[in-house]
This record gives sequence, C-alpha cells and structure tokens, in this order.
Amino acid sequence: MYELTNVTKKYDQGKRSVTALNKVTLSIPDGQMVAIQGPTGGGKSTLLQMLGALDRPSTGTVQLGASDLSKLGQGPLGEIRARQIGFVFQGFNLIPTLTAQENVETALAPLGVSAADRTARAAAALASVGLGERGSHLPAELSGGQQQRVAIARALVKEPAVLLADEPTGNLDEQTRDEIMELLEGLWRDRGLTLIVVTHDSAVAKRAQRRLLIKQGVVKEVA
Amino acid sequence: MFVTYLRRELAGRRKQTAIVAIGMALAIALVIIVNAVSSGVQLAQSTVLASVYGVGTDITVSQTPVAPTEGEGGGGPQNFDFGAEDGATADGSTTVNQATLSVERGTTAFDSTALDTVGGIDNVSAAAATLSLSNTTFNGTLPDRSAMTQGEAPTAGEAPTGADGAGGSSFSVDSFTVLGLDPADDAVGPLSAVSLTDGRSLESTDAGANVAVLDASYATTAELIVGDTISLAGTDFTIVGLVTASSADAATASNVYIPLDVAQTLSGLEGQVTDIYVQAASSTDIEQVQADVETALPDSTVKTQADLASSVSGSLSSASDLVKNLGLWLSLIVLAAAFLIAILFTISGVTRRTREFGTLKAIGWSNGRIVRQVAGESLVQGLIGGVVGIAVGLFGILAINLVAPTLTAGAASADVPAGMNGAGGRPGGGFGQAVVEAATSDIVLQVPVTLSVILIAVGLAVLGGLLAGAIGGWRASRLSPSEALRSIA
Repeated sequence: MYELTNVTKKYDQGKRSVTALNKVTLSIPDGQMVAIQGPTGGGKSTLLQMLGALDRPSTGTVQLGASDLSKLGQGPLGEIRARQIGFVFQGFNLIPTLTAQENVETALAPLGVSAADRTARAAAALASVGLGERGSHLPAELSGGQQQRVAIARALVKEPAVLLADEPTGNLDEQTRDEIMELLEGLWRDRGLTLIVVTHDSAVAKRAQRRLLIKQGVVKEVA
Repeated sequence: MFVTYLRRELAGRRKQTAIVAIGMALAIALVIIVNAVSSGVQLAQSTVLASVYGVGTDITVSQTPVAPTEGEGGGGPQNFDFGAEDGATADGSTTVNQATLSVERGTTAFDSTALDTVGGIDNVSAAAATLSLSNTTFNGTLPDRSAMTQGEAPTAGEAPTGADGAGGSSFSVDSFTVLGLDPADDAVGPLSAVSLTDGRSLESTDAGANVAVLDASYATTAELIVGDTISLAGTDFTIVGLVTASSADAATASNVYIPLDVAQTLSGLEGQVTDIYVQAASSTDIEQVQADVETALPDSTVKTQADLASSVSGSLSSASDLVKNLGLWLSLIVLAAAFLIAILFTISGVTRRTREFGTLKAIGWSNGRIVRQVAGESLVQGLIGGVVGIAVGLFGILAINLVAPTLTAGAASADVPAGMNGAGGRPGGGFGQAVVEAATSDIVLQVPVTLSVILIAVGLAVLGGLLAGAIGGWRASRLSPSEALRSIA
C-alpha cells in the first residue's frame, strides 16, 4: 500500500525553482488499478518516479508498505526497485544488444538468481506474454507491440507487488494498444498487482478502477 | 549475465570496439618495439664495452691526465735519442733502429697501491689493474753526409746519394698497443671477455716471463702465430696464445697482452698502473663503490658502465639516442593518445547509453554492478588491443631481426680510459696514431624478445582498459535513474 503525505517536489532550473508536485497526499491500496492523467508538464512522471523509488520528495513522505522511500539511501531504494517494483516505459527501454530472453533476465541479475533459474523464469515470463518463441530475437527484430510485451515480461519476471507503467501504449497503434492493455489487465487480475498507469489516452484510463488527474503538481480524483 | 552482456555489447558495438582496440594495439606495438630495440641497442653497447673492459666490470678507475710540466715527457710524443755512434753503418749510410714501450698518449700512470685501496672498499668483489702501453718502433736509414760538401748541391745529372736514392733519409714508425695485466687475476678485466682461438692464455706462472698473448686480428695482420716471437722495446717475447673478442662483432682491448710486472719493468714504470677494473658485489652497490673510490682516490677518474656506454659512438650511438629520445617520446605520446581515445570512447558510450543505464538502475541494478559492467567492457577492449599489439610488436621485431641492420660502433673518446683508446689499435700506423684512433666495429642489431616486454604490454593493456573503464564507470554511476529516464522521455 502506498501512502503519500504532503509530498512536494521542486526542481531548480537555473535561478528558477519549479514545483512539480505540490503537497500531494494520496493513498493507493494494494491490488488497485489506478490511471494517472494530466497535461504535459503537470507532474505525472514526477509522481511516478516518487512511487517507483527513483527519486525522493523535497518534502513529505512516501510510504510503500513498511518502507519510507523519502528517507532511504540509493542502495536500499535500488533494493526495493529490484524486488518490489516493476517498470514499463513508453519507449520500451530494451537493451538493443541483448535478446528478448536476455533482456528479461536483466531484471533477475540483481536478485542473485542462479543462471539456470534465471533462464527458466525468463522463458516462462516471455511465454506468459505470448512471446515464448521469440526469446532469441533482438529488440530490433520485434514489432513495437512485441517489444512492449518483452518489457512487461521483464517487469513481471521478478514477481513484484507493484507495476508502474509510464504511457505503456503511447507508441502503439490502437489495436496493439488494446492488446497490451488486455495483457496488463489480465496480469493485474491474475497476480493481484497494484497497477499504476500514467497515460494521456482516455480510452486506456477508463479501464482503470480509479482515475487521478494531476495538474500543476496537484492531484485530484476523477469521478 | 555479466559475461553475456559484455559479449553482446562488444559484438554489437564492433566499430567502437575495433577503434579502441586498434588504438591500443598500435600504442602497445610501438612500446614493445621501442623497448625491444632499446634492449638490442643496450646489448650491442654491452658487447662493445665487454670486449674492451671485460665481462662483469662495473667500474673503471684511471688517473685524470695532467698537463706535463716543462721537461717532462708525460703522455706526449715518444722521443728517440740516437748517439753519434749508434746504428749500423754500411756503404756510407747509417741504419738506426730503436723501440720504446711507453704509456699511451692521454693516459697517466699512477701508483699500483691504488689497487689495494680499491680492493679494500666495501662491496668490491674483484679488482684488477692493468698498464696500458704503446710499443713504437723507429726504423730508418740516414745518408752518408760526409760525402757531401757543406752547401754543395747535387749538380745537374748527378744522382743524389742516400738510402732512398733521393738524397734524403728513409724512416718508418710502427706502433701497436700493449696491455700489461696480472696473469693471476682473470676474474675481471680485459682478458675476461675474450675467447682463446689458439695456444693458451696468460697464467699465474707467467709472472716475470717474456710471454705474450696476441689479438688474433693483429696476429693475422702482422703474420704472427703461436710459437713465434714478437719484439717489445727490443726484447723478444714468445707468443703463447691468440685471443679474439667473445663477440665476433667487436675488437679486443689491445693488440698484445703481457704480464704486468714485465710491462712495468720494460716501460720503466715499476709499481705503476694506468687502469683499475672493479666489479661490485651487486648492481645496487655500484653507486656506493663509485663514491667510495672517488673519496679514497680523489685524483682519479671513476667511470661506471653507464658512463662508458656514453663513450660508444657511431651509428650505434645514434640508434641509442634515437631510441632514447624519439622512440621513447613517440611511444609515450601514442600511448597517451590511445588511452585518451579509449577514455573518450568509453565516456561517449556511457552518454549514448544513458537510457540503458537509467533503465537498468530503475529495475534495480546497483551502481557497483553497472561500474563493473562498463569497466569489464573497457578492460576486454584493452586486452584485445593488447593481444593484437603484442602480435604486431612481435612481427615488427621479427622484421627488424630479418633485416638485421648493421650499426657501426666506435669505442673511443677523449674521456675514456686508456684501455679503450687502445682497443683494436691499428698496427703499423703513423707515429702515435694507434693510440688516438677510435676502434670501430660493425654490430648487427639483434632485437631480443623478453618476457618483461610482453608483461609490460599486457600491463599497459590492462591499465588502459581499467583507466577508461574506471572513468566511464564513474560517469555511469553518477547518472541518477530519474534524470536518466527523464532525459529520454
């Protein structure tokens, strides 16, 4: 469960200070599917980084389970990312020189999983997203939708509690978008994940249990 | 994962890997070749010096020459004094013949007690003294002057009288070098570096005996063999052996070798020597021994092998200077450039892979894991460059050895001890000529491949790779995952 209390994040841009998040207080229960919408520059990505333990707030606290992410150092934050949080990016962010199988395995490397176990788990993850036969392909040999499936497999192979998706369908056509969203929804239901999706696409947002709108760093619930 | 990722990265970024490896390979090949040529030149210098100074000589001691005072012969030209009744007279002309054995020009004899002084210095393992001499023979015929009226000139059509048939005189001056040394002291000194080609060397029982060992080249020129006699200052010496330099490329220190005591007696230099050859207990003691000798014998000139190496002249010296100056700097510059290329490419690679490293950090990779990955890639690139560089370097060395360039080495200058001056002195030269001419040898440059050169190359490859990897890894570790991902969003 996430508990954000009075979270403010400011960035210095030269002599100017920009407030990306302004006193955000928010609670997200375990197993919920949440969509975050908002205009560009409104603070969506910053909020996702706070939730993903990629950054710390300037003030306020971000609680994930028993851990206060705002007080942890880089090492423990990395450990939490490695074990509890999966990321899916708009641009897929696969490593171009590694095969689909090897890309999925990168998520298991920090966990000290044995090579044999790593191979087996990565292959199973690829199979669960419908790419069991494409493990040996390089990202450049896959379509956009397939690359995003590989990225989802990489996010889920470590069996995280939370899946954070930043515009996961932003680079895909409508049909592929729907396929990916169906896949994410299916995984969310089957695994009891907390799924948080940042999106511009209202069609995607409407699939979520809960919708949040973030504008000028302030979060509001959407009815 | 580490090995798989590393292998994929190097294979997937072939162009960068090739450029870094080629740069490193060129630098390492150059370092190998310059190092090996430097070793080859040093070996050639050692060969030249060993043939003159003997194997194992670390230090030579001689007396600093002083300008002779008025009336002193010093090391100046030899005088030949003939009395009115000297020479054999026949047919009105007079034939005169005189030989002298004297200290070589530019050389000063000093008391042989200096040998005991040097021998008593700490860390001196062996010391031997020599007396470096020049045997000069004057031979000539004077015309019958009594037959000529004072002021009278030959009339037209009258044949002039005199030995040369031109009314003048005929003279010849023959000179060769002679080295007196202690036959019992063969551990260090000029005879320790020679090879016996015929007969025997001088032995301890030869002290006081008129026996001589000749340089084989001189013996051939003078048409002498073992068993013949050679005249030194009018005294006949039995030739008991012929020697040649251990290396076929170099000359020996002198034309003739005789027992020290005999040389001292014949030259009138009882209890005098011109050079002391010193062997230090170990190479680390040389500086201390040199300093102690200079303190104990303040008037002496003390030279180490390093000083002696600088006395080698000719194209060998030029090659040495070229290797030391141009070669060293060139290899350092190329090495620095290769390191810089490796570092810049690694940094550029890290910058280009910002999204990749940001993603890896987002999925939980630690800074240490990412630094290891970047450093590992650079290290392998360096090692590939090292292996190629070693191959290119060895090929270069092979090419040099196949070409086998011949260098000339002169082993004399005004600074060097007398033994050096006499090296390979030419018999039959002009008066005093033999003692001032430099000995020249042709040395075929052979470039050795040593384990140390290979280890240096591997060390440089590892160093270059680690340096580039450390800097690149440091850059990667400083990337904040949120900024890395934001920068590509």
